[in-house]
Amino acid sequence: MTLLLAQYPLFSSLLILAGLAAACGALLGYAEQRFKAERNQVAVADAVNNLLPQTQCGQCGYPGCRPYAEAIAAGEAINKCPPGGAAGIRALATLLDVKLLPLDKEHGEEKTAPLVAFIREDECIGCTKCILACPVDAILGAAKQMHTVISALCTGCDLCVEPCPVDCIDMVSPHESLQTWRWQLPDPSSRSVDIIATDNVLRAAQRDRAA
Amino acid sequence: MRRIFSFHGGVNPPANKQQSLRKPIADAGIPPELILPLAQPAGAPAIPVVTVGERVLKGQVIAAAHDVDSLPVHASSSGTIHAIDERLVAHPSGHPTSCIVIATDGRDEWVSHSGASDYRALAPADVIQLIRNAGVAGLGGAGFPSAAKLSAAPHTPISTLIINGAECEPYITADDVLMRERAADIIKGIDILRHILAPRTTLVGVEDNKPQAIAALQAAAQDTGTEIVAIPTKYPSGGETQLIEILTGKQVPSGELPFQIGVICQNAGSVAAIFDAVVRGRPLLSRVITVTGASVREPQNFQVMLGTPMRYLLEKAGYEAGRNSRIIMGGSMMGFTVPDSGVPVVKTTNCVLAPTAAELPVPPPAQACIRCGLCAEACPATLLPQQLFWFAQGGEFDKLEAHHLFDCIECGACSYVCPSKIPLVQYYRAAKADILQRHRDREQARLARLRFETRQQRVERAGTEKEARRVARKQAAQQHIQATRSESQEDPIQAAIARANAKKAAQRARAAHGSELERLEKDVVATHTRLATATAKLDEALAQGSELAVALREGVDRTRAKLAAAERTLRDYQRSRQPGFASPGADMTETVLAKAIAARAAEAALSPADKIRKDLAKLQQRLNKSEELLACSRRNGDEEKVIVALEATVARLTEKLSAAQQLLNSAQDS
Repeated sequence: MTLLLAQYPLFSSLLILAGLAAACGALLGYAEQRFKAERNQVAVADAVNNLLPQTQCGQCGYPGCRPYAEAIAAGEAINKCPPGGAAGIRALATLLDVKLLPLDKEHGEEKTAPLVAFIREDECIGCTKCILACPVDAILGAAKQMHTVISALCTGCDLCVEPCPVDCIDMVSPHESLQTWRWQLPDPSSRSVDIIATDNVLRAAQRDRAA
Repeated sequence: MRRIFSFHGGVNPPANKQQSLRKPIADAGIPPELILPLAQPAGAPAIPVVTVGERVLKGQVIAAAHDVDSLPVHASSSGTIHAIDERLVAHPSGHPTSCIVIATDGRDEWVSHSGASDYRALAPADVIQLIRNAGVAGLGGAGFPSAAKLSAAPHTPISTLIINGAECEPYITADDVLMRERAADIIKGIDILRHILAPRTTLVGVEDNKPQAIAALQAAAQDTGTEIVAIPTKYPSGGETQLIEILTGKQVPSGELPFQIGVICQNAGSVAAIFDAVVRGRPLLSRVITVTGASVREPQNFQVMLGTPMRYLLEKAGYEAGRNSRIIMGGSMMGFTVPDSGVPVVKTTNCVLAPTAAELPVPPPAQACIRCGLCAEACPATLLPQQLFWFAQGGEFDKLEAHHLFDCIECGACSYVCPSKIPLVQYYRAAKADILQRHRDREQARLARLRFETRQQRVERAGTEKEARRVARKQAAQQHIQATRSESQEDPIQAAIARANAKKAAQRARAAHGSELERLEKDVVATHTRLATATAKLDEALAQGSELAVALREGVDRTRAKLAAAERTLRDYQRSRQPGFASPGADMTETVLAKAIAARAAEAALSPADKIRKDLAKLQQRLNKSEELLACSRRNGDEEKVIVALEATVARLTEKLSAAQQLLNSAQDS
């Protein structure tokens, strides 16, 4: 055998290489099985749930954020959450390392400004139906007593609007005060400036034609 | 001679300080009205402790501090409380906020007060409490409560106490004149701080363009252990971190506060206020304010009561409203335009600047960034302003944080040197606000999740308790039956055998019928077949004109009803088995959710006109329901309030209905 190998050096080196490749392959294959990364569904669902906006509004088609998070962990599309919006989808795509998708319009549109529920208190008859419907316990009241929305806790899911028998709940934009005011980016018109003279000529011509 | 370090970048804008330095500090007097905002630079707004119409004395507490970071509000002069309502204040938002308005009586009558001239006998914590009660805040610009700063690190040894007298911002000379005229008070105030903090070294940093202030302080500080250091004039050497680096060579690490490297910094004006508070027992009621700009005839410094309207102050300095373009609180670099000249001065108002349009022109439109890099050379915080600018435009918040946006002190040096006149600081402010809002939103979401989960648990617990009660009732009933049976002398063994037999028979029967679902399905199919046969028979009878037709029709109707019932049972059964939906009545939210989900799914498939039509139908349904409720309430003679509310609902719904009808008409027309 040794003699045979010594006689055909090319053959023997090929044999050795093949043997090495087989051994390495076997080792890698074993390692892959042995140290398989546990893609723990519960942990993934937890991480996803942390990124969801927790409005519990059900617009995604699941009864709450947690069920949708579990569905995403099991392979559901990430673009069904309108309150999370584009930023939420981006965060989910980064977390799960999947393709970025535009928001699925079937489940609603992203709101431009946040809304909170507001009860017209004169008209409330104290039926507690909205309290039972609120998923985040943001409505205060008791039977035959006036109810009110704690606006700081309201997620704006609008699930309380429908059950109200006297239709006294509105979705309003929260009052902006000194404390909640924020600086805005500079006026976009100040960001696009005509600095190329020929462009200005063209634009002026267009304006004339339009006029 | 102490070694002086330098910080990166910085600019040298025209100082414009001479205008307001020709005269000593003048007293601005008592304005007819004092407006004192309850909002605080840090912490929650103060809580009013006076009522409208009440007479207050100078120095009396009129609003109490809400928490440890907020400060009490004192009456700056004697008078009566005129109003407690929303007023415009000096804030870039232009939003009004709650203020206490005092109509002054001109007598300037003090509330009884006494100082602690032997403060050395007091514990540092007690002295800090005196400072807190006097409402002393950082007078340099940020307005952070001095007491909170001094008590931030009771266990960290402070090696260096720095007094900030740099005052690097153009136009402002308030600290300069204060240091010239009240150097002795400042040095005594420093002694109080040294008693509290026990630092190894105490340094007063003053820019070398204030030689008179330096001389006055040096004269007052002889043999006190406090060292006056003249530092080169460069903007923004008055920034806290910059001044610390100039005087000690140490940089405050990103995201940390100065006390973490053993340094505490206080503004010179605040130190004078601390002296007044501790030794004289006087709260912070007035401050030195520079009134300057080309549209005032006599620019100078005033001792001004907090709450004085800026218009009153400007008129004292010979304000020419016609020449003025805007009123700025602060200097030309970091100041902001106030919404109205009637806004009051507050603790952080160091300057009221009234320039002409030629003096401080409105910045020209921003041009494109040419990546010249001048901003990075000017940035005193060694940031990359142009990088931050791109990220702020793109809303890349993670990258902004990674590039230390929060180390930006918003000094405006980058905007000052920018050849394209880009309002860089505004981008950073907006980006900072967005990032903070995002953090807040995340925290809100976390709390919402907690409340949701707790609520789920509560609902579940209520369900199990209900179930347990039901089981207990059932058991009690069974026991009762058994008790009556045993009374009737029945053999218990025989009874048990009979029960077992019955159970087995039931099991067999169930096995024969297959599962519940199969049984229901079979039921539906069988009823369907029966209906088909019956209908065929009826047709035949009708064709023949038989008198049996009437009876047959009745039979068909009955079978049809049975079929409908069977189908409903099957549907209910299937729905109750679907994952994610509890059986009806288990949880109101889930039922509502299920309804909402179904409605949304249906809505998505509809055309706009159909949608309106559907809304219309829904509204009609709601109206019918409300009318029914109303009729019912009227019959039952319910409370007046309920009936009125229901009537209002009906009226509103009718209105909505007509609106929807119009919408539909217009949609159809188009």
